[in-house]
Amino acid sequence: MRISRRLFIRDGVATVTLGLTAPAFLSAIAQAQGLPNRRLVVVYLGGGNDALNTLVSYQDPQYYSRRPTLAIPAGQVLQVGTDAAGHTLGLHPRLGGIWNIFNEGRLALVQRTGYANSSRSHFEATDIWGTANPQSSTGSGWLGRYLDTLPRPLDALAAWNTTGDTPRALLSGVSGVPAIPNGSTYAYASPNRGSAAVQERQALQTMAANPSATRPHLAFVNSTTRGALETLDRVAQASTYTPTVAYPNSGFGLAMRTIAGAIVKGVGSKVYWASTGGYDTHSGQGQQAGGAYGNLMGTLGDGLAAFYNDIRNQGLLNDTTVIVFSEFGRRISENGSNGTDHGAAGVMMVLGGMVRGGLHGTAATLAPGHPTLENNSGDVRYETDFRSVYARLLDGWLGVNSVPILNGDFRAGAPAVF
Amino acid sequence: MAQLNPEIDHLLRRAGFGVSAMEVETFKNMSTPVAIAYVVDYEGRPDDVDERIGRPDHVQVASKDAFLPDIDIDDARQRWMFRMIHSRRPLQEKMALFWHNHFATAYSKLAGDSGNLQAAKMLVSKPGALRGPQGQIELFRKYALGNFRDLLIEIAKDPAMLIWLDGKTNTRSKPQENFGREIMELFTVGVGYYTEPDVYAAARVFTGWNLRQSEGFDRNDMNAYQEFVYNADEHETTDKAFSFPIYGNGSRTIPSRSASAGIQDGIDLITALAFHPETPRRLARKFWNFFISDIHAPDPAFVDGVAAVYLQNRTEMRPVIRYVLTSPWFTNPAMKYARYSWPVEYVARAIKEVGWQNFSLDRVRTPLANMGQLLFDPPNVGGWHLGANWFSTGTMLARTNFAAALASSQKEFLAVAMEDEGNSPQALLAGMLNRVTPAPLDAAPQQALMTYLLAGGNWGGAEQLNTRTAGLARLLVGSSEYQLV
Repeated sequence: MRISRRLFIRDGVATVTLGLTAPAFLSAIAQAQGLPNRRLVVVYLGGGNDALNTLVSYQDPQYYSRRPTLAIPAGQVLQVGTDAAGHTLGLHPRLGGIWNIFNEGRLALVQRTGYANSSRSHFEATDIWGTANPQSSTGSGWLGRYLDTLPRPLDALAAWNTTGDTPRALLSGVSGVPAIPNGSTYAYASPNRGSAAVQERQALQTMAANPSATRPHLAFVNSTTRGALETLDRVAQASTYTPTVAYPNSGFGLAMRTIAGAIVKGVGSKVYWASTGGYDTHSGQGQQAGGAYGNLMGTLGDGLAAFYNDIRNQGLLNDTTVIVFSEFGRRISENGSNGTDHGAAGVMMVLGGMVRGGLHGTAATLAPGHPTLENNSGDVRYETDFRSVYARLLDGWLGVNSVPILNGDFRAGAPAVF
Repeated sequence: MAQLNPEIDHLLRRAGFGVSAMEVETFKNMSTPVAIAYVVDYEGRPDDVDERIGRPDHVQVASKDAFLPDIDIDDARQRWMFRMIHSRRPLQEKMALFWHNHFATAYSKLAGDSGNLQAAKMLVSKPGALRGPQGQIELFRKYALGNFRDLLIEIAKDPAMLIWLDGKTNTRSKPQENFGREIMELFTVGVGYYTEPDVYAAARVFTGWNLRQSEGFDRNDMNAYQEFVYNADEHETTDKAFSFPIYGNGSRTIPSRSASAGIQDGIDLITALAFHPETPRRLARKFWNFFISDIHAPDPAFVDGVAAVYLQNRTEMRPVIRYVLTSPWFTNPAMKYARYSWPVEYVARAIKEVGWQNFSLDRVRTPLANMGQLLFDPPNVGGWHLGANWFSTGTMLARTNFAAALASSQKEFLAVAMEDEGNSPQALLAGMLNRVTPAPLDAAPQQALMTYLLAGGNWGGAEQLNTRTAGLARLLVGSSEYQLV
């Protein structure tokens, strides 16, 4: 067969959508799973958040003597009252958006969360928060194991990860979680148009349906291809969402906006994952409330506040809980680079329409030798086991038994955030 | 390329980025040992690849303004992709990629510190291109198969690293732990083989390993630069005790030295870490994942073997990599296609196999970012999350859609290239599989491809062939099978 060059059509890449079904139907499977409509949004602060500058113990003189350039002046903090141990506390001045939520009683600040012998390695520590097992940084994650408890067949959008790769917390032996950073670019592309493109998409779907029993790694990649193809059209629906508030123009803001779209359009995911990075502030953290760390707080607070207000405007706040965590806190004393090195206990945040807000747990006393410190008084010692917070979220929010998921009973001492 | 000896095909996918139609002749009649020597002993061949940028028979580059790959990070990304696709020394680029991930340093932090121009320059400038030190990636090319201890010393003095892990502010009064921790945790022995006090001691070892700026430093001047300086006044001179031996006699303490001689502290620690028995074992596991499989766990005998070769050769890498590529594990048929390709490997191989006519590398930036691998911007100092972690619905969609963009750009050329195979769908599929190299296809996906080829009705006609050839290339390169390497 001969071909004449003149016949070629120089198509651009076309995108192909199959027929769409109504959003109400889309989440039917999801709604059948677990407590109807309740959802958990997890926000990870990548790099180890400097908790002492997030929630400031501004009457502790050691805070100022150990952080001569980084300490936030007492007059600038957003006061949140006094904890059970008598520490008077305030939020970072750039957290004004969530200070309002605190004042409404819907933001819980869980102080000194962590675990014994905290890992100072980012990777090990992040994995430990993922596995919920301080003795093991490998294997499945706590949210992956939660997804495994949901009835089968599991909805392909039972969870929605807005980051590019799958965090360990979402890893499971059996439930793949789609990574959808931006719904508007989430479409199938073809070099052809019309029926040829539709047939091509169907061929890819058939190829990816091959069980590949002798090659589990191929079966795994096939599952991601299938997951993409099966979720494209629903995600396209979610990305048509018009928010009720303006989201900040940041990666985190976009992620929270994407999540709000999925929630409002009734996608039905039970778990959403977002992250915002830059918290490994070894240097250039900024003077007082300004600089790099101030910007991190602004990104976080503004993104969370936009999401909270948007979801409230949509009347969905009582079905939504957000948690915020990081892999560790940072060293109490600032270093010579206008920064802080890897530390131990941190602060977790829990917010939502059903959350019992306020100060949970107690702050450390930063004077050297105090029992709330560790590592030759260099770091903050944990008070609340992070797994007890997970337990409360699983038992009290998602309505499942936390014990098998966490491989133990961590309910004792859990902060009463619900 | 299925025209090649399968052993050589495997070698060039793993130790390089695959084989283009242009390169088949070079490898066609080689024996496997000759091909391994060709790949490993690359110094005999010229490093002329950059001179070929702009040639019409090569993949193209494009830039909004002038193409400035020594000071513009996006242009530098294109230059590196060009090198992966066209270098006559593919293993050098492959090892540079390995070291880039091992010593993962991200442009974004450098740009925040020193501005975009200086950040790019510190990472990518070629030796002699501009005043000041060469870029970090050139260190990885130079030491691709060089001495690992020497590479560690160079890295400890590398301006990009001194900013990335904050060594530039590591001073006597306020030791900075970032580099001291990561050189043990990530660059050498790994978690479990050092203690927290070791981290604090290592921070003190590198006090005074700082940066200095060229005279009248202006960050927007391409000839301004920052370079390593040993700042004796900022070196902390007391002794430093470790939990592992630093010296051949078993001593675990770096002795107190005068400030002027204190740079030796760092050399001693680096040497100890380079020769620590866990360092080659850790590297061996990473080489296993990089060259042999990230699906099957490293064979302990392989780890032992690599560690022995490394120590016998005083941390020289060329004998180590030769050992890896000639080992029975490398040639074991069970290890073929038993590895997940990294996004840049996938993109480079797809371009080499499908074709690059009029295709410009500025078009791979966004797809690669969506696949999770923007060169010179790893997510953190631990590097990219490898293996199965490369794959999620979002990243797989980015991969399969890149296949669509590439096939679309090559539609016309592919149809011409495949016209002799266009007499039947079977012949077209066989011909395309001679060109692109997915892992073996089971019967069901093969059937799906045949169904697709026949779905347009009676076979024949230029329009049919034009459409289905591009669609077939898109399906094969965008398949799950093709993601394995």
